[in-house]
Amino acid sequence: MHPILLIVFLPLLAAIVAGLGNKQLGAFPAKVVTTGALFAACALSWPIFIGFLSGASEATVVPVLKWVQSGTMTFDWALRVDTLTAVMLVVITSVSALVHLYSWGYMEEEPDQPRFFAYLSLFTFAMLMLVTADNLVQMFFGWEGVGLASYLLIGFWFRKPSASAAAIKAFVVNRVGDLGFMLGIFGTYLVFNTVSIPEILSAAPGMAGSTIGFLGHRFDTMTVLCLLLFVGAMGKSAQLGLHTWLPDAMEGPTPVSALIHAATMVTAGVFMVCRLSPMFMTAPTAMGFVAFIGASTCFFAATIGCTQWDIKRVIAYSTCSQLGYMFFAAGVGAFGAAMFHLFTHAFFKALLFLGAGSVIHAMHHEQDMRYYGALRKEIPVTFWAMTAGTLAITGVGIVDVFGFAGFYSKDSILEAAYASNSQVGSYAFWLGIAAALMTSFYSWRLAFLTFFGKPRWAASEHIQHALHDAHGHDAHDTHGHGSEEANAPAQEDAGHDAHHAHAADAHEGTGGYHPHESPWVMLIPLIVLSVGAVLAGYVFSHAFVSEGDGEFWKGSLAFSEHLIHAMHGVPGWVKWAPFTVMAIGFVIAWYGYIRNTRFPAAFAEQLGPIYTFVYRKWMFDELYHYVFVVPAFWLGRKFWQIGDVGIIDRFGPNGAAWVVAKGSTYAQKVQSGYLYSYALVMLLGLVGAISWVIAG
Amino acid sequence: MIGIEHYVVVSSILFVLGVLGIFLNRKNIIVILMAIELILLAVNINLVAFSAFLHDLTGQIFAMFVLTVAAGEAAVGLAILVIYFRSRGTIAVDDVNRMKG
Repeated sequence: MHPILLIVFLPLLAAIVAGLGNKQLGAFPAKVVTTGALFAACALSWPIFIGFLSGASEATVVPVLKWVQSGTMTFDWALRVDTLTAVMLVVITSVSALVHLYSWGYMEEEPDQPRFFAYLSLFTFAMLMLVTADNLVQMFFGWEGVGLASYLLIGFWFRKPSASAAAIKAFVVNRVGDLGFMLGIFGTYLVFNTVSIPEILSAAPGMAGSTIGFLGHRFDTMTVLCLLLFVGAMGKSAQLGLHTWLPDAMEGPTPVSALIHAATMVTAGVFMVCRLSPMFMTAPTAMGFVAFIGASTCFFAATIGCTQWDIKRVIAYSTCSQLGYMFFAAGVGAFGAAMFHLFTHAFFKALLFLGAGSVIHAMHHEQDMRYYGALRKEIPVTFWAMTAGTLAITGVGIVDVFGFAGFYSKDSILEAAYASNSQVGSYAFWLGIAAALMTSFYSWRLAFLTFFGKPRWAASEHIQHALHDAHGHDAHDTHGHGSEEANAPAQEDAGHDAHHAHAADAHEGTGGYHPHESPWVMLIPLIVLSVGAVLAGYVFSHAFVSEGDGEFWKGSLAFSEHLIHAMHGVPGWVKWAPFTVMAIGFVIAWYGYIRNTRFPAAFAEQLGPIYTFVYRKWMFDELYHYVFVVPAFWLGRKFWQIGDVGIIDRFGPNGAAWVVAKGSTYAQKVQSGYLYSYALVMLLGLVGAISWVIAG
Repeated sequence: MIGIEHYVVVSSILFVLGVLGIFLNRKNIIVILMAIELILLAVNINLVAFSAFLHDLTGQIFAMFVLTVAAGEAAVGLAILVIYFRSRGTIAVDDVNRMKG
């Protein structure tokens, strides 16, 4: 049995056990089953990846089941394992396993844990189906599966209206993209008469230059197909226009944000474009569009990230922006670089999210960075892990010596954009540089606001709540102190808090609150991911983007050797530009949030409407509200009032009821209750009947 | 000579009187019972007259049956009426309208 079967189906099995067992099974067995399955899958994935890394493994397809055989359309359930899949396998299973483990701590007080863990495992299964798909239909199955799991997890706290709304928003916005993806699949089948990915890719170059009728016009076949498929990718990967769901998805529990909305699911679009890269290579117009959208998203999301206060939202927009990097890398033909950034990004973004979760945990579910500050000493492990993540995302590194993960991948993307030597390439390059500056700025801003400066906790409502509860506890504990010396350490701690509170109230912004470092089950994933964030770039950059004629990829994606050579030939200033802007971003953040903390507010004041525009997320939500939501509501209300109430109800149920009611009031009058009138009617009826018989 | 027509006319008059007695009576239910009796008698006259006219005894035997049934019906009707009077305290036709829909 091929290990890939275990990798893919263990999470499904675990999801079924935990999901159906639910309350009967209890939280602990459910956690053990799902987490165990994920760690097993992870342990099986790495050997596959290492096999491809060393060049020992060959691409294989493992058949699972027959699926559809209808006329010329035949496709089966089959798991494809090649380099591209192997990369995704390790990303998905590693991050997922760590997130499972992390959730042990983060969701500890949650009453509904089996459901949560079942959803997480279900998501992992769907994502694995997506990346191992051998045909477009199976990919679509996984695609919808992750969409469903994402919906369920965003709305996990479904009693919270905002979480429900966010879940619905994610689902609906993704539907828009999915429509494009579906049309793309239909079109592909129409043109190639197959949905098998290898067959499509080998036939794609032969179709270049042909035309297809679409919406009443003739277009270039490959351009149309690629654009439709890319619309699907835009939806799933939150690109400009269809990105609005991603920041709202932060309503879900933080581990979910780390797993789905940062490390894995949102990269599905990038993966799909890379998987179908030979197809995209035949459509230069579509490639240009991909690069354009990617670069625009990258810049646009970064600007928003600079202004947000919610720690998770900052990271969410950062994700959006980094996905933009991946897309414009793909758009200029550097699919290897796109996948490399996907790979490194998964580690450091999962790390940043889990770190943010740890901070939120410590700060009693306060997410607003304005109420953080000075947490460096309080939660040191989280601080160091977040610092590693920040170093990785900002791309700290010295050319040709050593760099954190993001340094290698981001630089190779920017070099590729420059080296592609096209108009859209330079558009992407300059926006990418600008975004790199902002990435550095908002990442360090996050770090400085959270971990440095003076504590500003006292003003937070969440902290106030926590203190209120804690005080009640303290009174109780100090009471117990005298009588019972052998107190539990936790109680001892709480007792200290009480003393501290009285001492500190006056002169610090802590409000007497004492953040606690997260438990070890949460810290271990942080440490593991920190190692990944520090080393992933250095260790794997050679295989992913260096020369060697793309032998690592073994044809699993379109690898342009020419571009790789051009990338190595870029001028020195291009190589150093990302580092420079990173440093500038760092200095600005340091100046604004440590040195002169009044500066940012004054600067924002000066920018005035521009700042508001960016702060309100470029008004996208408002725009969609007025362009789509309001007319949809208006239309719905009209349908309701005119169609439903005015026609269907009026002539349907209500009409029938009216006829019956009216008729019965007349019938009632006949039923006088007087014998003689009944007898009269009987007589008349009899006379009538007899006349009828006689006359007839 | 009294012919069959006279009998038919008399019985028709009696029948119509009986029917009208049911419909036009606003007084009490005993009158209705009497009217029914009248109708049955009208029918009986017809039966006997035609029996004699046609020399067929069946009609007269049938008339005996009708008389029997009429007697039973009157007994049952009066019994119901007595019970009804006990419970409602009236047998005025206009008050007997509980069969109203």
